[in-house]
Amino acid sequence: MRVELTEVLWLDEHHEWSLTELAEVSGLSEAELHELVDGNVIVPVDPGATQRTFCSECIVTARTARRLRDDFELDAQGMVLALALLDRIRDLEAQLRNLRAQLPGRIR
Amino acid sequence: MKYKDYYSILGVERSASQAEIKKAYRKLAHKFHPDVSKEPDAEERFKEIAEAYNALKDPEKRAAYDELGRQRPGQDFEPTPDWQQQYGEEQFAFDESDLADLFASLRGRGQCAPRSRGRIPIPGQDYEVTVQIALEDAFTGREVALDLTMPEYDENGVVRRVPHEFKTRIPKGAIDGQRLRVPVKGGKGSNGGRDGDLYLNIVLRPHSLFRINGHDLYLDLPLTPWEAVLGTTVEVRTPSGPVRLKVPPGTQAGQQLRLSRRGLPKPRTGEGHLFAIVQIAVPRVISEQERALFKQLADSSTFNLRGHFQQEARNES
Repeated sequence: MRVELTEVLWLDEHHEWSLTELAEVSGLSEAELHELVDGNVIVPVDPGATQRTFCSECIVTARTARRLRDDFELDAQGMVLALALLDRIRDLEAQLRNLRAQLPGRIR
Repeated sequence: MKYKDYYSILGVERSASQAEIKKAYRKLAHKFHPDVSKEPDAEERFKEIAEAYNALKDPEKRAAYDELGRQRPGQDFEPTPDWQQQYGEEQFAFDESDLADLFASLRGRGQCAPRSRGRIPIPGQDYEVTVQIALEDAFTGREVALDLTMPEYDENGVVRRVPHEFKTRIPKGAIDGQRLRVPVKGGKGSNGGRDGDLYLNIVLRPHSLFRINGHDLYLDLPLTPWEAVLGTTVEVRTPSGPVRLKVPPGTQAGQQLRLSRRGLPKPRTGEGHLFAIVQIAVPRVISEQERALFKQLADSSTFNLRGHFQQEARNES
């Protein structure tokens, strides 16, 4: 079997995604994405722009939203609430990781 | 094809109502959903829970499952010709697919849903895999071989499990929890639908010396009391090789000495820092000569750590 080498893409790349592209990649509808934007869990690059574009990190959030929607049968408001809470948990975990990393270990 | 007991996976009786099945699924999903769970085997457990629920939540699929009969989990079996005639597709590769593929292909009682017959483009499924790498790999980048088996429809609309083997390069600067996207390496699309993507979820293995926080690294730096008081130069290991670190006189316990840009590289430019956290340790066993020297130090030192205790006592009296 021929084994090919495939390049990966950073998800935090400066590439901007249109609403349609984000919908296609995430599996959410454009209406659902608008609700996530209104709920402030997905923030467009320029919130004031008429044609909204999104950074690559929004893919991770949108895909998580789609999984939560499918697996827990959530509506848009449920997705917004779950994502906001997950975001808070991630923030707290990052703070905890940061503090733990600075705690001295046991001297052997 | 291996038999799976969907009822026991969901922890319900075979006679459970649809409401009981849904309730059991939700309870397990709360516990094992990979987006919310911290259980070590959450992803694998959730996959089988979702597979069981997807078959049992639909009364028609559930009836089809029940009619397969009860087998021992893991036992090889093939549906009877009657079952295949009633529920199965005309051509289904029973020996090359699994129960999840079979139930995913059933639309309902007596109906088949081979995708090649439809005209609507169906995008391929996206997949996520966790890739564990060592800190050294994050520092230099690393080529990893991925060996995935995905269900695919062949030209006759028959589902088969197809092995895919390919290599990909984890670029340097990947950090714990980061996701990388490998375009069009997920499931094959049907009827002109785009191929799915593959997402790599990076997990950095814990390191024996460094604690990792994003691109920054933390290292414990044990010092003797006299090294902390007088200052010293110590050799410190960093991912890019050893460096000599100057410890200034009067260094305190818990102080962080920063080795600028000696952490993990960032994806495009720059590096994180390495912080050496000072720990001052005293010897548990000392010689007579050392004891005498410490006694001499104690007698002659004017260093008073607890002056504020005495001040507080004077204020109270």
